[in-house]
Amino acid sequence: MSSQHVQTDVVVVGGGLMGASAAFFLRQRGVSAVLLERGLVGQQASGVNFGNVRRQGRFLPQLPLAHRSRDIWGRLPELIGHDAEFIATGHVRVVYAESQMADVEKYATDAKHWGLDLQILGRSELRKRFPFFGPEVIGGSYSPNDGHANPRLAAPAFGRAAKRDGAQVIEDCEVLQVEKSGQDFRVNTSSGLTVTAPAALICSGAWGGAMSAAWGEPVPMVPKGPTMAVTEPLPYGIVPVVGVSTRIEHEGVYFRQVRRGNIVFGGGRRNPAYLDGRRANVNPNWTLGQLHELRRIAPALGKLNVLRTWSGVEGYMDDDIPIMGPSAKVSGLYYAFGFCGHGFQLGPGVGDVMAELIATGASSTPIEPFHIHRFTSVPAAETAVVNA
Amino acid sequence: MADPRVIVVGAGPAGVRAAQALVEAGLRPTVVDEGRRDGGQIYRRQPEGFARSYPQLYGTEAQKAKDLHDSFEALRPHIDYRPETLAWNLTAGQLHVVAGGERTAVLPYDSLIVCSGATDRLLPVEGWHYAGCYSLGAAQIALKSQACSIGKRVVFMGTGPLLYLVASQYLKAGAQVAAVLDTSSLSTRIRALPALAARPALLWNGLKLVAMLRSAGVRLMAGISPVAVTGDDERGVSGVRLRDAQGREHSFECDAVGLGYHLRSEGQLADLAKCHFDFDEPSRQWLPRIDEDGRSSAPGVYLAGDGARILGADGAEAAGRLAALAALKDAGRPHAVVEMPQLRKRLATMDKFRRGLLQAFPWPHQLASQLPDRAIVCRCEGVSAGDLRATVRDLGAQEMNRAKALCRVGMGRCQGRYCGHAAAELVADAAVLPIERVGRLRGQGPVKPLPMSVPLAVEEQA
Repeated sequence: MSSQHVQTDVVVVGGGLMGASAAFFLRQRGVSAVLLERGLVGQQASGVNFGNVRRQGRFLPQLPLAHRSRDIWGRLPELIGHDAEFIATGHVRVVYAESQMADVEKYATDAKHWGLDLQILGRSELRKRFPFFGPEVIGGSYSPNDGHANPRLAAPAFGRAAKRDGAQVIEDCEVLQVEKSGQDFRVNTSSGLTVTAPAALICSGAWGGAMSAAWGEPVPMVPKGPTMAVTEPLPYGIVPVVGVSTRIEHEGVYFRQVRRGNIVFGGGRRNPAYLDGRRANVNPNWTLGQLHELRRIAPALGKLNVLRTWSGVEGYMDDDIPIMGPSAKVSGLYYAFGFCGHGFQLGPGVGDVMAELIATGASSTPIEPFHIHRFTSVPAAETAVVNA
Repeated sequence: MADPRVIVVGAGPAGVRAAQALVEAGLRPTVVDEGRRDGGQIYRRQPEGFARSYPQLYGTEAQKAKDLHDSFEALRPHIDYRPETLAWNLTAGQLHVVAGGERTAVLPYDSLIVCSGATDRLLPVEGWHYAGCYSLGAAQIALKSQACSIGKRVVFMGTGPLLYLVASQYLKAGAQVAAVLDTSSLSTRIRALPALAARPALLWNGLKLVAMLRSAGVRLMAGISPVAVTGDDERGVSGVRLRDAQGREHSFECDAVGLGYHLRSEGQLADLAKCHFDFDEPSRQWLPRIDEDGRSSAPGVYLAGDGARILGADGAEAAGRLAALAALKDAGRPHAVVEMPQLRKRLATMDKFRRGLLQAFPWPHQLASQLPDRAIVCRCEGVSAGDLRATVRDLGAQEMNRAKALCRVGMGRCQGRYCGHAAAELVADAAVLPIERVGRLRGQGPVKPLPMSVPLAVEEQA
């Protein structure tokens, strides 16, 4: 495709779950889209995360977006022809300390006003429903309609559906330069392809900061890698996704059992990640730390074996809130990146909202808290870009 | 200057000779080995209390086995020996180990000599998931270690020198060998004779094995194509079906099958050390890049023995010693460097023989790409040839790690050790790409399954 040129309505930079679902939902609205992915769709953070479709515990103003996304998760087969192994198993957050139980109870009360109904479970009720919990667990909060999906499958499935519906999904195509001339963005790529479009959507995850900085909107973001692993399979029996609510970093592990029987787990300490190498490596000591924590939550897990560990490159903002919405400086430019390790559940909703925003000029779901101007309205010197 | 901290992984021929060179230079290396006793796979020792003689256990290689075991006994006071210890992960300058499945430790190193050995290279065949199917290596371990046969009436199928060696060992041990079925043809073996003549004694040994099997009345077939291992879930293996070179179908009744297509290097630690791998055309597999002394592309990491190149036990002894001498030289502790040119020369001869073996007993890659859709390729995850083809055709996978992500091939207990090569052939064939373009499964820790009961690790001071 050397020196080929394509004109489209929206050029999407980055084929993670956000970009792939945005391309899909743009086509649903009849908007033409070209998705440019440097590697393969869903290969980075979208493909290596835990696969949590969890709403409870989120930053409250994020719940409307999370609800919209949860609705899409439940309709994946009709929308994209694939379920991405989503199942609404319920999600339980457990605690070890009374003080933490108070936090969880308060969250449940507050979340009710945001449309999320949670059930508070005491020690005996929790054990009655989920007998695998260990003696240190004193209670928890249960979200019946949350669940989990397979991150390896979700973004590629959105990519294929976008392509099926007429989007151009171009893999192995690195964006070298984005410039604006007149009304159009002009995107030059490593494969010689040039794309021009009146709108550009930046969905390049941990690499998004370099893009926004190039448009004069630097953000405080650092790349980190999750500590992930999977066990050998055992008969399916642990239905809900389980996580720990805690203020102690290494206690904060989570796990889920997939229908095939394996237990996927993650959480606790994160690893350094490298934007240039596009990789992050698991610190083996963090894995051992997770094993210790998992035995606290569910002692029987100590009888299993770990088969595989992995990490990936995620972008973390210093306020733990993503960047989403229009640029504050350049018309026609939109951002959706930096989801701080909690973007998987939001992904389909983000794609839907960004498509709505670009197609209609407004989002029916509030996304103001995620606007980039929260960083760009302060002097640039205080917002050094760590990862450019 | 403080002594460099050197860890040798593996106590087979390469590891023992590496440790020996380090001790001669006045160092006290740590030797980490998965085995309960030294000797590796080839010179595996029988458990305590078993009383078979060296000639009974090791045949023509009895003296070499004894020499290696004696050398290791002599080294014991001078090394930090850690048997039954899995090197489960590796980070810069640190080896993460778990001993006895329960004691974790982090061992710092300046130089790491990885002698991780090889496992069988396997080609799926329909029915290879039935109980009673073993790899040739496993069949040999059962015999060497426990004096057990894998069955009463055994078929050995595949290709490579191990096929004949294991069959002859079974015959000597009194097992009934129903047939030895080789996918390589007699003509390719004859064409490889000039290269195999690089090591005349080994070639002679091989020819003697074949003659011994033939005179014992064992059915030997060449140029065959496996069709299926027959059997059922209840009783396991009941027989083997195959086609001969003329396309005629044959079958043999048996209650166990030993399968193997020569060997594959165990490259996980090299992979975790971020060593560069290159595609090796003669063997159609990815091998870690090493220089003539065994230096990998990762600083301080040396690779020797079958884990780097399949040169066999003699080659492993030479490569282990050479890698240790290279590590000593690089650490500013030159020792016996005068031996290095001679060792390199020996290894060059052995590499010629290695290529001869690959020519004589080629990996029958076309059999992998022609597997019927219903044949299970990845036994751990139950992924069939048809599933893999659909992953390429319908989901667009063009590369092995992508295929793994989309259909689970290579995701199970063996982490693709036994299905990875055949799966790559299937993906390449379905995607109409040369095999080297579809890549290889990336190594991910743990090197082998890690018990979740293990405690946090402490860093040890060397």
